[in-house]
Amino acid sequence: MSTETAEKVEVKKPAEALLSKRRKKLINDPLVDDNPITIQVLGICSALAVTTQMKPTFVMALSVVFVIVMANLTISIMRNTIPTRVRIIVQLAVVATLVTLVNEVLKAFAYDMYKELSVFVGLIITNCIVMGRLEAFAMGNKPYDSILDGFGSALGYSWIILAVAFFRELWGSGTVFGIPVFDTVSSLFGEDFSLATNGLMVSPVGAFIILGLIIWVQRTKTGYVEH
Amino acid sequence: MELFSLGIRSIFIDNMVFAYFLGMCSFLAVSKKVDTALGLGAAVIFVLTITVPLNWLLNEFVLKEGALSFLGESFATIDLTFLRFIMFIAIIAAMVQLVEMIVEKFAPALYGALGIFLPLIAVNCAILGGSLFMAQRDYTLAEATVYGFGSGIGWLLAIIALAAIREKLKYSNVPNGLKGLGITMLITGLMGIAFMSFMGIDL
Repeated sequence: MSTETAEKVEVKKPAEALLSKRRKKLINDPLVDDNPITIQVLGICSALAVTTQMKPTFVMALSVVFVIVMANLTISIMRNTIPTRVRIIVQLAVVATLVTLVNEVLKAFAYDMYKELSVFVGLIITNCIVMGRLEAFAMGNKPYDSILDGFGSALGYSWIILAVAFFRELWGSGTVFGIPVFDTVSSLFGEDFSLATNGLMVSPVGAFIILGLIIWVQRTKTGYVEH
Repeated sequence: MELFSLGIRSIFIDNMVFAYFLGMCSFLAVSKKVDTALGLGAAVIFVLTITVPLNWLLNEFVLKEGALSFLGESFATIDLTFLRFIMFIAIIAAMVQLVEMIVEKFAPALYGALGIFLPLIAVNCAILGGSLFMAQRDYTLAEATVYGFGSGIGWLLAIIALAAIREKLKYSNVPNGLKGLGITMLITGLMGIAFMSFMGIDL
């Protein structure tokens, strides 16, 4: 997934290129080297709760992308008018409004998904990644940069939760995006060959263990060591 | 008796951390020492016990469909449920601020212990999650209070247990990539398996 964004078209502009090196870094860094989940340890709650199936995870990822990008943009536009003392409340209000929007859209157009995600859409409000980006970046940077930064962080978050969901759904229910993989494999090899699903993967425990292992692999690759 | 079993269930079976992954950020960040874990856990119990019943009142008398009917006939059809998130988070943020001020004024010792954790709590998903679950499950006021308190205790148990393990873990030789977050996630998973044994209890 990291190459996908890196290959975006470069549009040159007289002042600073629309996707200059510095701006590309804003998107690329959170994908691997500074991933919000595996390196910064933020936004773990929802990363685990919705990942039993790929579909709800995908919807969750889309919602988070929308909320982070829009919140970053809004706060960045207002950054000079927000008094520092009440900034947390202002940020919460902006994020809560955006999440309400997402929630209402889901309720109207994807009611099953809305039921399945239940309270976890609401919990995007307290997703530390959102607040973290607002505090660390949007409060001190221009709107366009903030959008890129939010987009990068959200993508970094998305690919991790999709990876967790992939393994949990594959091993837990034997499907990927609802397409039966295990059944197809067993039918290819005849009835004697069947793959058993692991109930532990569907339970919360599976999420912890899969994420732990993903973190291990990812950190070994990047060489990041926590002290 | 109903309330008692709800309390037990919210502590062990529906544990905030192991069953719903709520409050994971602070759960992972503040679980390096038992003392600080205890402080944060106490603050979470405190805030949950206050905000869940408060949000229940708000939900029951302002937000629910037809909740405003006490104002007159024409208000009976108003449904403000969509304002739930923003109102709940506002109440939580305001309460945390208020509690912080009151504790600072009247119980300086407690403030010394909880002080730094209170602002952190406004954005802890366990708090908002508690209120949202309460609204979703249609609890009564008494149930909401017990649920808030029980969930807080469950969260405290989880974070203290993890902190105790992590203190011992300092002396073990963990592979580089697993150090810190990785091993903590695996331990939490194993603790989750232990907590799964409570699932069989039917209350």
